[in-house]
Amino acid sequence: MSSTVTPPTPSVAGTGPAPVPTTVPPAGRVGGARSALYRYGVGSLAIVVSVVVFLVPFAFILLTAAMDATQASEFRFAWPRNFQLWDNVVQVLQTRDYILVIAFINSVVLTLVSVTALVVLGSMVAFVLQRRVSRWTGLINFLVLTGLIMPPAIVPTIWVLQRFGLFATMPGLILVEIAFGLSFTILLFRAFISTIPKELDEAAVLDGAGPLRLFFRVVLPLLRPVMVTVILVQSVAVFNDFQNPLYFLPGDAGATVQLTLFNFQSQNLSSYNLLFTDILLITIPMLLLYLFFNRQIVAGLTSGAVKG
Amino acid sequence: MATTLRAAPPAPARRRRGRSPYPGWFYLPAAVIYGVLFLVPTVASFYFALTRWTIFSSEFIGFDNFVQFFREPALTKGFVNTFIYAALTSGAKVVLGLALGMLLTSQILGRGYLRAVVFFPVLVSTVGVGITFQVLMNPSKGAINAALGFIGIDGPGWLVDPSIALLSVALVDVWKGVGLATLIYMAGIVSIPKEYYEAARVDGAGSWTLFRNVIFPLSWPATSTVVTLSLIGGLRSFDLIWSMTRGGPGFTSDVIASVIYKQYQAGFYGLSTAGNVILFIAVIAIVLPLTRLLARKEVEL
Repeated sequence: MSSTVTPPTPSVAGTGPAPVPTTVPPAGRVGGARSALYRYGVGSLAIVVSVVVFLVPFAFILLTAAMDATQASEFRFAWPRNFQLWDNVVQVLQTRDYILVIAFINSVVLTLVSVTALVVLGSMVAFVLQRRVSRWTGLINFLVLTGLIMPPAIVPTIWVLQRFGLFATMPGLILVEIAFGLSFTILLFRAFISTIPKELDEAAVLDGAGPLRLFFRVVLPLLRPVMVTVILVQSVAVFNDFQNPLYFLPGDAGATVQLTLFNFQSQNLSSYNLLFTDILLITIPMLLLYLFFNRQIVAGLTSGAVKG
Repeated sequence: MATTLRAAPPAPARRRRGRSPYPGWFYLPAAVIYGVLFLVPTVASFYFALTRWTIFSSEFIGFDNFVQFFREPALTKGFVNTFIYAALTSGAKVVLGLALGMLLTSQILGRGYLRAVVFFPVLVSTVGVGITFQVLMNPSKGAINAALGFIGIDGPGWLVDPSIALLSVALVDVWKGVGLATLIYMAGIVSIPKEYYEAARVDGAGSWTLFRNVIFPLSWPATSTVVTLSLIGGLRSFDLIWSMTRGGPGFTSDVIASVIYKQYQAGFYGLSTAGNVILFIAVIAIVLPLTRLLARKEVEL
């Protein structure tokens, strides 16, 4: 079982020793012509394929966003004749009285408020649900799963929102995003909370902590890894959401970035350069979030989703 | 259901246990939002699906909406397409996700880059991806057919050919979603204890045997998660289809979710809600037995 045993299949055997995906397995196992061929041969092939399949579409967005309107309408994958990315950005932002800027603010508010609420409310439910078994536990688990599996009933939701005067308002949409996102959030938190020893709660209670102090001062800080996952997953879901704003927030005043992008597509089909500039602009927040949290995504998922 | 959830837990809990460290009222805010905006509409939909409905008044008409749904070819097509779309996308995500998961957990050149690039589309706006591929898939001018023409292949009409429009959208869905499946598989594969690999190696197992008898069965929880999540997502899929084809050409790439939107836009709220109820039933009929099956397989290992 020592590393002197030559792996018969260097290709797959290499997966074994890695304890976490972000660390490179011990180099001792790589050796011999076959594994070098695998590492560099298959690796280079994968890189070439990934460039064609994944990078070219993004390069296409970037290049088209820098073109003038005439060249962009040719749909060709080419270097911009007049490189005018900055002009396009300014022009897109100014379109229809800065509607994109307003939409950006709307989307950021929507995402911040609903994700914050999801983290706080979802972790509270998950905490009590995991810690205290009562006759309600079964029913609540069932309701959580229902929320995950069942698609929302759309027109009846509009009907409810209208009753409360919340239809076509930002608070209404925020509440809808919270309601639809709760199940997945609770499942992620619950799986993680089950790994935190209950003795910790008891110690805090002995020290005189009430339920609020226990949860917000002792437990919540320990949920950091899974919280990162929840924030990332839900921010992406809410910021990129198209269907819910389309139904529950119609009208220009409260439009989100996804809606403005969709409206741009329906209205000015002639200026594809501006359309792609818009796509580029609304991708940047998610790109930043990703660069920020890249390393923690896998860690969070391993501790949460798969086990749950 | 909402009212029982809201009212019941706090009272007995507080009285019986004095100061429980896990108070029932922690459920309250979430339960109110979830109850009012998810449970109430869900329950109400079963009534409104049986009515002719303008938001303000409803007239009970029995199962007429459902009869109409299955009689009109445009609506039935959406029903059938939903299953094709969900099966294709989740099948492809399992196969590609597993393959990429193994590739990206092995010692391969440029692993960090590959992981990042495969996962990145997951984060990009669905509408943005839809528009980008709508342009790339343009039959006469698009970059994909230009590239295919360069190597002598006459590219298909991707989104304008009624027979493959749905498949083209499904292809883009897989492109966008395979990163998440890969990530779940990566997490599953690295959590396999390394003793299994060593034992297999000592037994002289080849790479196929190793895959058949170690990696595939032991990453079954990941398969289970990928299948369930992608089916749930695939059956209710709307954003990508709506931004790429609007259900067209004609209604050949319609799915239930786009039919719901079209009927809603046209003011047929009852019919739209009937579509929603049909979607519920389809999701339950597929996802519930499947999760049970997947879970049973896991126990057998």
